[in-house]
Amino acid sequence: MAADFNWAVGGEAGDGIDSTGKIFAQALSRAGRHVFTSKDFASRIRGGYTAYKVRTSVDKVQSVVDRLDVLIALTPRTIEENLDELHEGSVIIYDGERTTMQDVEIPGEMIGIDVPLKRLAEEAGGAIMRNVVALGAACEVADFPIENLDSALEKRFKDKGQKLVDNNKEAARAGQSYVADEFDHEFDYDLETTDEDYVLLNGDEAIGMGAIAAGCRFYAGYPITPATDVMTYLTGRIEQYGGHVVQAEDELSAINMALGAARGGARSMTATSGPGIDLMTETFGLIATSETPLVICNVMRSGPSTGMPTKQEQGDLNQMLYGGHGEVPRFVLAPTTIAECFWKTVEAFNLAEKYQLPVYITADLSMAVTEQTFTPDTFDMDAVEIDRGFVVDESTIDDHMSESGGFQPHEITEDGISPRAFPGTADGAHMSTGLEHDEQGRRTEDTEMRVEQVDKRNRKVETAREREDFAPREFGDEDADTLVITWGSNEGALAEAVEFLDDEGISVRVLSVPYIFPRPDLSEDVAAAENVVVVECNEQGQFADLVEHDVLERVDRINKYNGVRFKADELAADIRATLAAEVEA
Amino acid sequence: MSSDIRFTDFKSDKQPTWCPGCGDFGTMNGMMKALAETGNDPDNTFVVAGIGCSGKIGTYMHSYALHGVHGRALPVGTGVKLARPDIEVMVAGGDGDGYSIGAGHFVHAVRRNVDMTYVVMDNRIYGLTKGQASPTSREDFETSTSPEGPKQPPVNPHALALASGATFIAQSFSSDALRHQEIVQQAVEHDGFGFVNVYSPCVTFNDVDTYDYFRDSLVDLKETDHDPSSREDAKDVILDSEQEHQGVIYQDEESVPYHEQHGVDEDMSVIPDGAPEGATDLVREFY
Repeated sequence: MAADFNWAVGGEAGDGIDSTGKIFAQALSRAGRHVFTSKDFASRIRGGYTAYKVRTSVDKVQSVVDRLDVLIALTPRTIEENLDELHEGSVIIYDGERTTMQDVEIPGEMIGIDVPLKRLAEEAGGAIMRNVVALGAACEVADFPIENLDSALEKRFKDKGQKLVDNNKEAARAGQSYVADEFDHEFDYDLETTDEDYVLLNGDEAIGMGAIAAGCRFYAGYPITPATDVMTYLTGRIEQYGGHVVQAEDELSAINMALGAARGGARSMTATSGPGIDLMTETFGLIATSETPLVICNVMRSGPSTGMPTKQEQGDLNQMLYGGHGEVPRFVLAPTTIAECFWKTVEAFNLAEKYQLPVYITADLSMAVTEQTFTPDTFDMDAVEIDRGFVVDESTIDDHMSESGGFQPHEITEDGISPRAFPGTADGAHMSTGLEHDEQGRRTEDTEMRVEQVDKRNRKVETAREREDFAPREFGDEDADTLVITWGSNEGALAEAVEFLDDEGISVRVLSVPYIFPRPDLSEDVAAAENVVVVECNEQGQFADLVEHDVLERVDRINKYNGVRFKADELAADIRATLAAEVEA
Repeated sequence: MSSDIRFTDFKSDKQPTWCPGCGDFGTMNGMMKALAETGNDPDNTFVVAGIGCSGKIGTYMHSYALHGVHGRALPVGTGVKLARPDIEVMVAGGDGDGYSIGAGHFVHAVRRNVDMTYVVMDNRIYGLTKGQASPTSREDFETSTSPEGPKQPPVNPHALALASGATFIAQSFSSDALRHQEIVQQAVEHDGFGFVNVYSPCVTFNDVDTYDYFRDSLVDLKETDHDPSSREDAKDVILDSEQEHQGVIYQDEESVPYHEQHGVDEDMSVIPDGAPEGATDLVREFY
């Protein structure tokens, strides 16, 4: 792999760190370099410490590393926070004229580049451009052609007028020349450019774009870190494709609005994070028992409760798998890369409609706010397929009527999938309810119908297992004795970790699992390996529990769910029958 | 859609399990008649029902319907209407559903002014759980969970609506069948969020807010010089603690419903077989 270069800009919240970092990342991407970004940020609008980090190479980069080559430090704390990542020869660009930076000490083994950022910016047209001066200085240090920065500045500021674009370009050049003129140090960085075209986007944006591609027309949500970007992405864009975004008064409302739109026949979605999922869980059973297709995006953050809202965690797996009272099937997809955020969102909409149930698509904070470069054809819109499942219209509805002439949206079928009729379909009027219901959707407590409906809903899962491909992604050495299993956003770091290990002569086989439920059967893979390690960003090993569960010895089960308690004589008969079956087997 | 729709077409084949004499019978009849009179039929109507005695209405009416989670009927109705502007949406629930567990949604549904009708079957009691104080119960109304009365003032739903920017506020009484139907019909025809609180007496658990009580105490605004287009008049009626009223309390003739404000007018159930035309522009944005 070609040498990678690690760069960061850091300061206080309110210092424009995010947009500065984004401009540099964009410049690299437009120069045909691969980029992987990350953010250190806090839940505050002003003050504290925040940083935007960029890792770049001409080869694919898919993880962060613990190394920093060039740091633009707007505050002393930025240096302190990054001491572990800075190394001998790292360059720190700072403005020694800034009051807080006057007494800053640059560690001896590092190279301090003191640039009067504010003064040069003022000369170019305004102090607000001091970060752009710093970017120009960084271009000089990294030997990165400044024309690429021009291109990113144009993208960022073109809506605000050519004058502003020109001022920014001038500010960048002021920073560049200052370093060239004042420092005769030879830096050994060389950020070569290529002719490749890349797009640069984060996980939330990929999910939003996937939703539009999949024909999602209705989105309701309530702002929450780190899922808000899904909503801001869709706002102003989904309207151009006939859709609409509603900012609801809370998550309870958001999911019920999304449910209403789905009952209306729209592809519909909401996105939130763990605390929002807590509230939405109230409606979860209704979505599932009314067999409503709905996509719920959970961008996980560190919990429990308010936890660490701007930090990474994959702690909501059990919540999504088991949340809610009673038992209802739901699918849980966990894209493993930013590109997969797009494709798995498309798939989530198809699965939701094909199997008429709620589908979770879960990303996590790291993936949501991380930007990565991809070739544009990664998101080939012509490859998007739409499958709306079993929908009836005026011409086909007659085959799905009860004897008394009522439409049967919960018809008992072999594959568990019943017909759907959108409002407005003649003779299709029916009720959907969270109450147990008969085939027409009318409330029932009939013990036999209850069992038939429960079984029907669960059959959809079996049908999906038969019809869909829930395979994991595999890489590393397929014959290795060690099997490493992971899910969600860890794939990139693991892929690069495998290369590090390979250099040391350690070979591993990796399975990266994007389907949590239904999930691939890994029991043979586990049995074939000598060592099995499950990697996930949580304390309890929630996915590891699932892997262990799947390879456990099976027990016989006696289950009753028709609404009546066990009776002694009946139970004795059940146990007798189970034993007899055992003997026969 | 056929032109000879009768209100009985909106009746399902399920027999209501409401107590004999329950106000909800009259409330539902008026709703069905209002829907039929305004040219709707069951296949282009969506009824959203809450939880409680009133919530059972979705079962007893025949239309597209969702019987939802307690308190969340308004958000569901909002979603249906925005996705399907071509469908008539009517939301129904009780005073507990709308003013207690769902009070937050009520305020915001009023603010949004989505073109739908909200009928609250207000019996000032929790009936299905066998008689506890509701948010509209009187301060001294004795129940199993409030032996000396709730000792807190009842919610004034009309005031809440007016303060939230309502464009249509009305009060009806289930047993005054013609007026009730007329008022609900006006709410259906209103261009925006049509809110009707209906006195729908509970004959089993409320011996204070009875048919006789409402019959004797209600003054019909139609028979007064009340001007429903005046917020001032509306305020006076709403804050009058001495007198119960029925009729249209307030209607903003200039009401601009949500879909016009936001340009939402497409049937969202219709989508192409692949990614929408021009979707590649979304990818180009990320260059």
